[in-house]
This record gives sequence, C-alpha cells and structure tokens, in this order.
Amino acid sequence: MAAENTTKNRLEVLKTYKLYIGGEFPRTESGRFYALKNSKGVQIANICNGSRKDFREAIVKARAAFGKWSKRTAFNRGQILYRIAEMLEARKLQFVDELILQGSNKKDAEQEVNASIDLLIYYSGWADKYQQVFSSVNPVASSYFNFSLPEPSGVVSIIASEKNSLLGIVSMIAPVIVGGNACVILASYSKPLCAITFGEVLNSSDVPGGVVNILTGTKKELVSYFSNHMDVNSVFYGGDSKEEIKDIQVNASLNVKRVVQNKNGGLNKMMDPYLIMNFQETKTIWHPIGI
Amino acid sequence: MEKTKTQNKELTSEEQKAEINFKTDWQYAASPESTDHIQLKKKYDLFINGKFVAPAKPKYFDSINPSTEEKIAEVAEADEADVNKAVKAARDAYKGKWSKISASERAKYMFRIARIIQEKARELAVIETMDGGKPIRESRDIDIPLAAAHFFYYAGWADKLNYAVPGKTPKPLGVAGQIIPWNFPLLMAAWKIAPALATGNTVVLKPAETTSLTALKLAEIIQEADLPPGVVNIVTGAGKTGSLIVNHPGVDKIAFTGSTDIGKLIQKSLAGTHKKYTLELGGKAANIIFEDASIDQAVEGIVNGIFFNQGHVCCAGSRLFVQESVFEIVMRKLKDRIATLVVGNPLDKNTDIGAINSKAQLDKISEYHSIGLKEGAECYQPACEVPSKGYWFRPTVFWNVSQASRIVQEEIFGPVLTVQTFRTIQEVVEKANNTPYGLSGGIWTDKGSKIFKVSGELKAGVVWANTFNKFDPTSPFGGYKESGIGREGGLHGLMPYLQY
Repeated sequence: MAAENTTKNRLEVLKTYKLYIGGEFPRTESGRFYALKNSKGVQIANICNGSRKDFREAIVKARAAFGKWSKRTAFNRGQILYRIAEMLEARKLQFVDELILQGSNKKDAEQEVNASIDLLIYYSGWADKYQQVFSSVNPVASSYFNFSLPEPSGVVSIIASEKNSLLGIVSMIAPVIVGGNACVILASYSKPLCAITFGEVLNSSDVPGGVVNILTGTKKELVSYFSNHMDVNSVFYGGDSKEEIKDIQVNASLNVKRVVQNKNGGLNKMMDPYLIMNFQETKTIWHPIGI
Repeated sequence: MEKTKTQNKELTSEEQKAEINFKTDWQYAASPESTDHIQLKKKYDLFINGKFVAPAKPKYFDSINPSTEEKIAEVAEADEADVNKAVKAARDAYKGKWSKISASERAKYMFRIARIIQEKARELAVIETMDGGKPIRESRDIDIPLAAAHFFYYAGWADKLNYAVPGKTPKPLGVAGQIIPWNFPLLMAAWKIAPALATGNTVVLKPAETTSLTALKLAEIIQEADLPPGVVNIVTGAGKTGSLIVNHPGVDKIAFTGSTDIGKLIQKSLAGTHKKYTLELGGKAANIIFEDASIDQAVEGIVNGIFFNQGHVCCAGSRLFVQESVFEIVMRKLKDRIATLVVGNPLDKNTDIGAINSKAQLDKISEYHSIGLKEGAECYQPACEVPSKGYWFRPTVFWNVSQASRIVQEEIFGPVLTVQTFRTIQEVVEKANNTPYGLSGGIWTDKGSKIFKVSGELKAGVVWANTFNKFDPTSPFGGYKESGIGREGGLHGLMPYLQY
C-alpha cells in the first residue's frame, strides 16, 4: 500500500540538460537558457543557450583530443564505435521516451533509435576498411615507391539537422569520428534532448573526452562561429537554409575550410563510406627504390 | 658521434686552396637550344568552339620573354562577351557530341592529344622556356613529357570510371572552368584538362597572362586532334578574365591553381552557388635533414627542392631544417654546391637557374630579400654573374632566422631558402607544421622507421622521403590546410570532376 501511494504521489525528479564539452557536462558559461516546450506548449526542460565562449572552449578540447584519437589504431576506433552502439541499445527506452516527449509517435521513435544503433554498427565496421578501399599504390614511371593514404582532416564543426533529434546527430558524428577526427556539434534547437543524452552514452563508451563535444543553442548566434573559427578544419552542415550554407561557405574561405553539406537523404544515404572520405585528406609519400 | 665530429671539422688551408673558382677555373661552352624550328604567330586570338576568334573588344596584351625582355607575341584579352561565348560553346558541346560519344571514343581523342604533344615536344619545350624563363633542361625533361603523360594516363581512365568510384555510378559535372598559373604553363593545362575530359566534362581554361603561348599551342594541337568543337575552349587574359569564369552561372566546377590569397577570394565568391571546386594553393614546405641522412644526397635534394624552376614552385622546399649536429657540414656542402649552379640563358642546356618569370615577381622576391636582411638573417649568394637584360635572381640562402621571420612564414615563390636547426623529432615536427600551409614536405634519413614516423606527423599532402620535387600523372597532388582543397593526379584526381 505504501509503495503504491509513493508511486502515485511521488514528485518526479526532472533532468537537467547541460552541454557536453571535453568529457564533462558543464552548464553554459553564459548562464543563459531557453525553455523547451512540447507541441501542447507544456515546458519539458530548460536547455542551455550555448555561447561563443562555450564553442571556443569546445574547440580547444577537440583540438587537444584530436592527436591521440587520430593515432588510435583503426581497430580500436572500430571497437569504440561498436561500444557506443551497445550503450545506445541498452538505453533504448530512454531515447524512445525522449523522442516521444519531443513529438514523435512510438513507432517512429523506435525506428529512429534502431536506425541510429544500426548506423553506428555500420560505421564501426568501416573503421579499418575505408583506408584499404580509398588508398592506392601509384605506379609512377620512375624508380620510386609511391603510395597515397587517407588521413583525418582534424577538427570538424557540425551543425545538426533540425529534424531528427537522435539520428540527426549520430549520422553526422559517426562518419567524422570513425576516421579519427574530433568534432563539436550544435544540436537541433527544437529537439535537443537526445543530443545531450547521447553525450551520456558517449561518456560511458570509452570515447575519449573532447573527441565529441555537444552544444545546444541557437543557429542564428552560433553558425558563424562554427564556420569562422581559425582552428576548425572542416564544417559539416546538416541544415537546409540557403542563407546559412552561404554564410558558412563565405566564412570557410578565411582559412580554406572544407565545407560538406549533408543532403538529408534516407538512411541509405547516411550510410556511405564517401561521407567518411569527406573528412579525410590524402597524403602521398614518395621513396626511392635502390640500395 | 665519431663520424659527426669528422664531418663537422673546419677546412684546412690546403683544402681551401683546393676549392674551384667557377668564374675562372670551370667554364662551360655555350650550348643553346635552337629556336629556328618553332612556329609562333605574331598575334593569338581566343580559342572558342574549335576556332581561333578575335575578342569582342579588340584588346591584346604582349607576351614577354623574361630572359630578354623582348616581345614574343600578342595575346587576346577575353572580356565578358568572350567568356560568355566560351561557356556557351562548352555547354553546347557537353550537351551535344561529347556526351553522345562512347567513353572509349573520348579516350581515343585524348590519346591523340598525348601523341601530338609527344611529336611536338621539342617545339613546345622551346616555347615554354622562351615564354616563361625556365631552363630548357626542365621544360624538355619534365614539363612537356609530363604534360603528354597526363593526357595518356587520364585517357585510359575514360572508359573505366566505375572502377574509380566503387559502389557508385559516377557522372560528369558539366562545364569546368579552369584557371592555371605561370610556373608550369603547359603541364598545368594538362593537369586540368586531362581529368576533366576523361570524366566527360567540357572545359573553359584560362592560362596565366605571362605564359599563354603553350596553352595556345595546345589549342592548335586540340584542333589537329579533331576534338569536337567546344569541348576545350581557351580564353586568355588576366585576373579579370579569371573572375568572369569563376562567377559565370553556366560553369559547374572551378579548378584553380595559384596563390592562397586568390584561392580564398575564389572560395568566397563560390559561396552559395552549386559549383564544386578544387584549389591548389601556396606552400612553404619543410625539408628536414636528419643527422643520419646521406649528406651529399640530401644537399642535392635541398638544391633541387628550392632552386628547381627558379623556386617558382608551390611545393618548393623553401624551409630547410637541419639537425644541429650536422648543420656545419650541410651548410658548407650546400654553399659549395650552390656555387656551381649556372644562372643565365634558359635556352642554354647548361643552365640550372633561368629567368624570373616576370618583373612583378622579381620585385616581390627582391623585396623579401631585403626583408630577410632587415630581419637580421645571415645571407649567402654565390658570386655568379647574371645577364644585363632580363629578370634574374641569384640563388639565395638565409640562416639565423627565427620561426617568426617573415621570410620563414610567407611564400616567396623564388630561389630563396631559409635554414633553421633542430634537435629532436618533436621539435622539428612542431616547427614544420607551424604554418598555415600544408602542401608538401621532405625527410632525409637513413632510417625507415623515422621516415614513417615523421611523414605521419607532417600535415602535408605530399611527402618526399630521401627525394624532393618528384611528379607523376599517377601520383595524387594537393594540400592540407590553406594549401588547398582536393587532389589532382592519379585516381584521386578524377573525383573532383565527378558526381557520385
């Protein structure tokens, strides 16, 4: 009897959604937040309204993490991506609930979580294969051994699609980090819950702190910083605003950043090794053959 | 240690006496390449839709031989109406014949072009040297053969593209606008045109204004090969013509090779458009000599790295890093070797360093020379004489420079080398990567594991280990960071011309 009463009258503990920077969950340094509401106008949570300073801090962490992450063996990165999938699978219900809270129906929510897990497994498998598919031994017409291989570009800033709270970020993070890059991602403004919860998954999946950093906030304020920061090598844009992509491309010219626009296709378009290659450089090495 | 000590010892007075004075003791008989066989018109029009046509506004500029300052020919300046016409011709050819013939037929046209370049190699080499100032040895042995080889290599790809893009069905983009620099005029034209044609695109190409002639000779070769009209259009002019191509709405892809400054402008002006682009921009390559390197080979590599083509090379090894223990010996051997370099008439087969490409470039190099002196660096130039007419700059080495010196940080694009020392791998990697550029790098050591360690750490698109400045059609080329976006050459060089 007592237990029943407790369930009925118990005051629910609400979750505080914070940022995910350098393997930690700080509040935004700006102290600002926005109220996230569901379709009926009921407030679901307070969300950090991240600032330029948060972004810069995240880039410092990403740059610091990049070196070691890119030097992990390909096998190890594959294992860690697989581990992310395992942890996501284990917390499936939590993500389904969050998706429903943000307006999905149960079937769509389940599908989105399943697709996200499967996508991670897919990229986990590529970790030690894309190099073989996309590298080459070049038969130069002289006495040299010459080969080309992919290497990660460095730090990638990602602007997630507004549409899918979980799949939107997972489909953009996975091809970037499987190739040894570090990233900072701006979550969907209207559907940010899964992004921060996904940070918790990453944090318990042996992904080193700083490899993935997750911010919430407004695109209007943050997109320009995501694209004009001089220590960002590539920008991955998941939105569909013509003005935003143009601003990003203009800013990218400050230091010749690579800009990749995610075309938001179906799941089969999200699972594509050429997406990994968008965030790789090709290095060619020559050595004479002789004694 | 024992070995290092011996290598570093000072020269005895007898050894000093034994040094050769290259002004008096070792002279070469002149050995100039003849120019009587070359066929050049006095005036060149634009090559649009398979024909040479006069520009809409009758404006022409002079192409000057930088080693004599004499005018070689007049070249048309393409304006808006001409660029429109060229893009339309390229579009019509793309929609028309070029997309209707089979890929293997496309290949055969390209093989023809490769063969005709080979047949006319001598003439092209002489014109390249006259128009650009590079030594005939280089245009004869490197530029022209490589240009032919590029067409030959990419011709073979035309009907095999499915193997280049596994899992996809690649398709061409449409019209490619291509803007090339003056340092390797015909070779850059081949780098750009060959992969574009192999992948089924059509082309509007603009050569650099100081070196248009071999591109126009290529237009004649294209006519001779009977390539369908409009598949390749060549419009000459300066920066304005280039920006007309970049901003033309009928162009689907831009390929640019040139300075990082212009590359950034192009990237900016392409923002918000559907155009794909590749950029091959500047560089400031580190050439790293470890103490266990074969010093004599390394010195040859240093010389080739920076003085090849008067240092007008984006991937030139312009920053030399020498491990402290071998600094003395490397510097002594380097100066000795530089003293033997022959600077002068580029048509002479003995010449190692030809003319600086233009007055403007000579001024820029001279300015950096005085900046280096003002910054307090020590400087060596050999005592060689240079002709009284023409644009010349003696090979130059600066040392006692700091990482922050402008001559260390900025691309000079001339025969000017800076030398720094280092003690550990970590130190040299940090210094080498401390630049916005990332095009190329060099490593000299006898230890294989060190090569893999350091080449893995260098943020550069091409790494030459125990060699420098080697190029091949099968070998991808292109930079990290502000040295550009995308790769040219090899299988990788097909990708920027395809949608998949």
